[in-house]
Amino acid sequence: MAEFKKAESTLEWFDQRLGVTNLYKVMMSEYWIPKKINFLWAMGVILVMLFKILLISGIFLLMYYKPDVNLAFDSVNYTIMQEVGYGWLMRHIHAVGASVVFLVIYIHMFTGIYYGSYKKGREMIWISGMLLFVLFSAEGFSGYMLPWGQMSYWAAYVITEIFGGIPFIGDELVVWIRGNFYVSDATLTRFFMLHVLLIPLAILGAIAFHFYALRFPHVNNEDGEFFDFDEEAEKYLAGNKKESKVVPFWPVFLSKDFMVLGFFMIFFFYLVFYHYSFAMDAINFDKADGLKTPAHIYPEWYFLWSYEVLRGFFFDIAGISGKDLGLIAFAIANGIFLVFPWLDRSPLVKPANQRPYFKYWFWLLIADLIVLTIYGKLPPTGVNAWVGFFSSMTFLILFALLPVITKMEAKKVGGE
Amino acid sequence: MTVKLLDISEINMTNESRRGFIGKAFGAVAGVGAVASLVAMKKTWDPLPSVMSAGFTTVDVSSLAENKLEIVVWRGKPIFLLKYSAAMKPTDGRNIKIGDHYFSVMIGLCTHLGCIPAYNGEIFKCACHGGEFTSDGVNTFGPPPRPLDIPPFKIDGTTLVLGEEGEEYKKMTAKA
Repeated sequence: MAEFKKAESTLEWFDQRLGVTNLYKVMMSEYWIPKKINFLWAMGVILVMLFKILLISGIFLLMYYKPDVNLAFDSVNYTIMQEVGYGWLMRHIHAVGASVVFLVIYIHMFTGIYYGSYKKGREMIWISGMLLFVLFSAEGFSGYMLPWGQMSYWAAYVITEIFGGIPFIGDELVVWIRGNFYVSDATLTRFFMLHVLLIPLAILGAIAFHFYALRFPHVNNEDGEFFDFDEEAEKYLAGNKKESKVVPFWPVFLSKDFMVLGFFMIFFFYLVFYHYSFAMDAINFDKADGLKTPAHIYPEWYFLWSYEVLRGFFFDIAGISGKDLGLIAFAIANGIFLVFPWLDRSPLVKPANQRPYFKYWFWLLIADLIVLTIYGKLPPTGVNAWVGFFSSMTFLILFALLPVITKMEAKKVGGE
Repeated sequence: MTVKLLDISEINMTNESRRGFIGKAFGAVAGVGAVASLVAMKKTWDPLPSVMSAGFTTVDVSSLAENKLEIVVWRGKPIFLLKYSAAMKPTDGRNIKIGDHYFSVMIGLCTHLGCIPAYNGEIFKCACHGGEFTSDGVNTFGPPPRPLDIPPFKIDGTTLVLGEEGEEYKKMTAKA
């Protein structure tokens, strides 16, 4: 054992054993963030807060929730909602939190796309972020099953049925995932396990990975400017704070984040107390019934765009059935964002409004996603089906065009 | 008698290649262990034997009334059983003869989006999106892309076993 001299203070005592001063420097006071950023750079901290809120409210719900087809519905709608003191609050916080976390994830993600924060060394930040999106999607889906209402049941039915479209092993795979021929007790208990243990563990790991991936290429800034962080940090430490392009994570960056977080939390609790119903579908207050399909099945709002891509192809093209085309398009829609850094062939790291072609592409994509989201909720009949088809096609075409227009952009910028 | 054990240093092996061998041996053991645990984990997720054996539903159809829809549950799905009266014309490849009567045996889920159609004495009508099927399950109107599916079945006298592929079922699917 190394020799220890008697500590002069409590801090020194911990410092000898845990190196807390160094840890504090590395993680907080000498972790450098660019100065030229705006409120959109606070979304990461908001997401951390939302995850904490979901985790804590989830722990309280877990004390009363019963993962059994005969008990689940009443354990939520009677025990938690009516008997447990403030149980309704925990449930509303959890439901609204799950919905709002996707809103902030989308803002975070499209901020990254707008400012080009996914390329030139930042690829792993983007990939770890997309991994988190996939994990949160799985977490949202598995959690939606737990109250065992009609929408829980039929969303589980429709989504697990999707795996039946995989060639050769599809039918067996569906039965394997469900643990039965239909969505049943076995399905509920295994998705309960995924929701409360495996996926949250994976999310914790992925968050650590996401933060770690930030340390080398550093946080992007409003202009997409590249500079030497060590040099700027030295300026800051030398007292030249005004001239330096960076600020420390703590206290400077976080204190500003906390202000944005403060406004966000007011909005969040306004939703929890006065507008929670958007996160609680009325149909889900009927107990699950495998022999009674609701007239109209739809997912939560954050999955609507990809659900609409799945439904968009309602007729056969070139001998491939509409169902298979929908599945292929759905697979592409869910996988394409992962390879985004390689689809953008332009070396330009600039906000979209300063990129000659990308700016149109970006806003077209946003508009298309909004159309997909709106029509994903409407019944797929008549003209709605055609809007679904054309907006799904637009989505696919936009991504097919992305390498082309960014290549053109690279040429144009290079020629200037 | 002394038995001379094999001294590994006598084999011409450098330290590096010995370490390499141990590394490969460890890799092999770990690999076998990983595959074995994956198999075990896959099996843990498999449907239980009780679930698999509950995958068969047996119905005695002799007591059913003519032209009155009977719904039984098989693997969590509603199964339509419709006994044809003498006035109703059976279709080859869609209706099944059990004893002296023809029957429609179909999965009662609309092939459009899985709602359960209702029988009005002549046709099946789906309330969700207006699909219509004849009494033998052929789609005649609306969005359904194909006739109602026929579950695997076996005929055993006057009982119908759902979930098992019998002679008649194989003949029927061969035709279709």
